[in-house]
Amino acid sequence: MSEEFSRTVAGHVPVLRLGDILLVTLQGDLYDSAAQQLQQDLSETIARSRVTGVVIDISGVEMVDSFLGRVLAEIAAQTELLAARTVVAGMRPAVAITLVELGLTLPGLRTALTTEVAMELLAQPVVSSRSGGLRQESP
Amino acid sequence: MPEHEAGGTPTLEVRDFLRRRREQIAQRWADEPLFRTVFTVSRDEAVEAGKAVVDALAQVADAHRVEDPDAAGFTEVREQLARMGATRSRAGLSTTQMSSELAALLPPAENLLVADLDQASPELLRECSVTLGVLMGTLRLVAMQTALSEGQALIDRQRLQLLEVATPVIKLWDGIVAVPLIGTLDSARSQVVMETLLNAVVDQHARFAILDITGVPTVDSLVAQHLMKTVAAARLMGAECVVSGIRPAIAQTIVHLGLDLGTVKTRASLADALGYCLHELGANIVNAVPDGAGRR
Repeated sequence: MSEEFSRTVAGHVPVLRLGDILLVTLQGDLYDSAAQQLQQDLSETIARSRVTGVVIDISGVEMVDSFLGRVLAEIAAQTELLAARTVVAGMRPAVAITLVELGLTLPGLRTALTTEVAMELLAQPVVSSRSGGLRQESP
Repeated sequence: MPEHEAGGTPTLEVRDFLRRRREQIAQRWADEPLFRTVFTVSRDEAVEAGKAVVDALAQVADAHRVEDPDAAGFTEVREQLARMGATRSRAGLSTTQMSSELAALLPPAENLLVADLDQASPELLRECSVTLGVLMGTLRLVAMQTALSEGQALIDRQRLQLLEVATPVIKLWDGIVAVPLIGTLDSARSQVVMETLLNAVVDQHARFAILDITGVPTVDSLVAQHLMKTVAAARLMGAECVVSGIRPAIAQTIVHLGLDLGTVKTRASLADALGYCLHELGANIVNAVPDGAGRR
């Protein structure tokens, strides 16, 4: 395969660091390999630098399949283990409906309407988010 | 009275009779309740309508399809029959009454047939009259079909309208939207509710969405599942969903059915839900006058 192909298909999703927060913006179709690469990149970056939160903006994603849904849930779970919180921001209505119809309600995942709200959410102390400000649901 | 050959088949005989006596049949029919009440403006109009029906019958007989309601000859009068049916049902007639009015068209035509075929053998006359009866029966069937399909089209139209009308999304506060649900929730409706609610969440930048089920008569496991789906979808988008308007009877039903709404925030009334959302948003409601009479 050409170099361009490997860069766009299997390439990295950029991970931006804003203070204590990592910002990931997903655009268009995300291939499975790229999603897994992102999962790995994120855990390494969090372990290396002491960030407290990850914001994944998926407002540019038209379609989420069960694989990407699971990857999102796994990213959230593994960042939790590394003492950081993940917020998925900007999910489109159609995507939300699709996920629910697939039975993927992603109970452990924090969500926010926009990236801005997600930043505010992460700025709140951990305690308040645990005690009901956020929805902690058992799967 | 023109002579006609006795050798023709009854169907063609009836066809010839219909073509010959077109004017007279239409005149007789115009006096029958069906045509008289539908075409109230002028008798001529009724006669014209009657002629159109006679022509259609003759065409069907010509094609030897007296028993076939889908015969091509009926297509032209279908619209007219639909209009007549609609007028009669507006006047409060049931489909059955309409049917018997149509049946009343047969005797005048049959009398004319008997008078017309007085030269023919009794055998042929009998066969012709049977054929005419079958033809009129088919006409009745066509009219009923038309009336039923009209009714079905109306129901379909109204169902669509109901979907649009019944799901308004109301902005209660900055960042709080509500959907008052009225009537039974089925799959199609809950889909529309979900879509309109989620779109409203995006448009209004809502942090909270309230589903008020005060107007939902019963909650069964299916309705509960629809509610859970909506709540889950709203949560995925980053909005919190509160279900309000749970009446005591519904609360009992939910418990009896063993439905798990554990992950859904519920409140008794819309006011409670709004209060909860405002509190979560950090907005407090205080009385302007501390000792005001309106204090609760």
